[in-house]
Amino acid sequence: MATIPIYGLMAEFRSPETLLHAAERASQEGFKRMDAYTPFPVEGLAEAIGFRRTRVPLIVLGGGIIGCLGGFFLQYWVAVIDYPLNVGGRPLNSWPAYIPVTFELTILCAALAAFLGVLALNGLPMPYHPVFNVERFELASRNRFFLCIEAADPNFDPDATRGFLESLNSEGVYPVER
Amino acid sequence: MAERVDPTSAPPANPPIIEPGHTFATLTDKISAIVLTQRTPWFWYIGFGASFLLVLVLFYCIAALLTVGIGLFGVMIPVAWGFAIVNFVWWIGIGHAGTLISAILLLLRQKWRQSINRFAEAMTLFAVACAGLFPLIHLGRPWFFYWLLPYPNTMGIQPQFRSPLVWDVFAVSTYLTVSLLFWFLGLIPDLATLRDRAQRRVPRFIYGMLAMGWRGSAVHWHRYEMAYLLLAGLATPLVVSVHTVVSFDFAVALVPGWHSTIFPPYFVAGAIYSGFAMVLTIAIPLRRLYHLEDLITDRHLRNMGVVMLATGMVVAYGYLMETFTAWYSGDVYEQYMMMNRMFGPYGYMYWLLILFNILIPQLLWVRRVHANVPLLFLIAISVNIGMWLERYVIVVVSLHRDYMPSAWGMYSGTIVDYGVLAGSIGLFVCLLFLFIRFLPMISIFEMRELVHDLSEQGQTVRSTE
Repeated sequence: MATIPIYGLMAEFRSPETLLHAAERASQEGFKRMDAYTPFPVEGLAEAIGFRRTRVPLIVLGGGIIGCLGGFFLQYWVAVIDYPLNVGGRPLNSWPAYIPVTFELTILCAALAAFLGVLALNGLPMPYHPVFNVERFELASRNRFFLCIEAADPNFDPDATRGFLESLNSEGVYPVER
Repeated sequence: MAERVDPTSAPPANPPIIEPGHTFATLTDKISAIVLTQRTPWFWYIGFGASFLLVLVLFYCIAALLTVGIGLFGVMIPVAWGFAIVNFVWWIGIGHAGTLISAILLLLRQKWRQSINRFAEAMTLFAVACAGLFPLIHLGRPWFFYWLLPYPNTMGIQPQFRSPLVWDVFAVSTYLTVSLLFWFLGLIPDLATLRDRAQRRVPRFIYGMLAMGWRGSAVHWHRYEMAYLLLAGLATPLVVSVHTVVSFDFAVALVPGWHSTIFPPYFVAGAIYSGFAMVLTIAIPLRRLYHLEDLITDRHLRNMGVVMLATGMVVAYGYLMETFTAWYSGDVYEQYMMMNRMFGPYGYMYWLLILFNILIPQLLWVRRVHANVPLLFLIAISVNIGMWLERYVIVVVSLHRDYMPSAWGMYSGTIVDYGVLAGSIGLFVCLLFLFIRFLPMISIFEMRELVHDLSEQGQTVRSTE
């Protein structure tokens, strides 16, 4: 194995609790480049592997603001500048009537931002990823929990890291080929 | 391996939201097997075939409407809005329950939503698709539908943004888009599950492409949950706004019977009412045919029945207030409209509406009715019919006699009207059959999460395997 450059080492766990514990231990050991893989969201796991804060809310807020301003000024431009209609002398900028469409476009843009934002931040679509080379990994979408320490981590050592992962109550440790 | 929920832990009076004995693995296998490994059951072919025949009827009617024109509809002055608008409002309303279940109940942390939210969302999508058909074919020249949108054009004209009909275009298309995003985002982890479970190359490839390389990374889940929560937060005011805007189509007009401030809240309540009725109409046969009683339990049916009862009472209040306001206004046209609605030529429609929508659902007060599944199914059907009648009464009966007796007339649907209505039901059912055949009808990852949460909540856990 040592001759082929590997992506990292992956340990398998039976329950979210043991994985969470292992991730915390790995963090304490000073590992930075690692990721955990689970069949459903596990509370606290992202924090345990050193993930601080997601930018998703900011992106959604940005989308909402763009939709809100864009939606309102689209109507303003249509009704006041491009195609003004004098209806009994009423004001052209009858803004209360523009609120429903402004609201709908705010929601639309914010929702599009949420969807595209989460995909972009997660780097999806990504059809190939080294973790899929591990045969047992297909259980990550069923009932098993995995922790992968990447070879790019400065503390990574093929033998020592393997020993560390095996000490964490894992079911098995597998090399992840590139 | 994973934990089992102890059967004795559920209080007997409250049926559990998931039957005991399920683990992460059994849930995954049970739900994905329906799509991947089980033989397609006989009833699927019958249901799909029958509904597809109705889709052909729909295609035939649409082709006739495009070649001959919408003179084939029964609409004529004074009733210029007929079946098409009735069906549009009916379908949009049905869609609302899906968003309510998936978004509002998520925000309220109602755990029982998790086994019904997926197909309720699919139901929303298909119902909105059916709804969208009607204004389009009612346009007369549907190939010019894009004239409804503001864009620089050589005609030098623009849509009128002060009109609720233009608001409707934006509301419904936003609703369809957001429902689709919400549904697809929820599907991504389950598509990855199907990709990993699929034995054959072609399904593995297709599910793999749709899953976009989802691998369940903790960081991804973290962002995913945040995005899902935010989408739910966005969809919640959206769903209220959509039917409000639909009600503005009527309430902003001056026709007696339409011009009423009670329309927005009572339309929204009616939408949720009819939507839950449709979810029950689908869930009851589905769980029976696919043996999903352990995942869609009696608790779900009971809760949906209770929501139906509550929203039904809001609708009843709406009818009561409409009648009261008509009398109290002192306006002769309003008063005449209400008398005509009750005792005029379409009076029987009004009383049928009261029977189907208000009287029959009162059975839901009785606790034993919740446990009686066939009866619950019949009540749901009754509400579906009642809500269609409600829209018919609002649209047609208000229009057929307005201010000038010289402008009065009668309306009835033609064979094409009925054909399009039946065809749209066929399209809806057909799409549902395709959905349950090719996609997981219950959210697998949320069910795994539910099993985990339930076993964590101090309920006796024992390790098995």
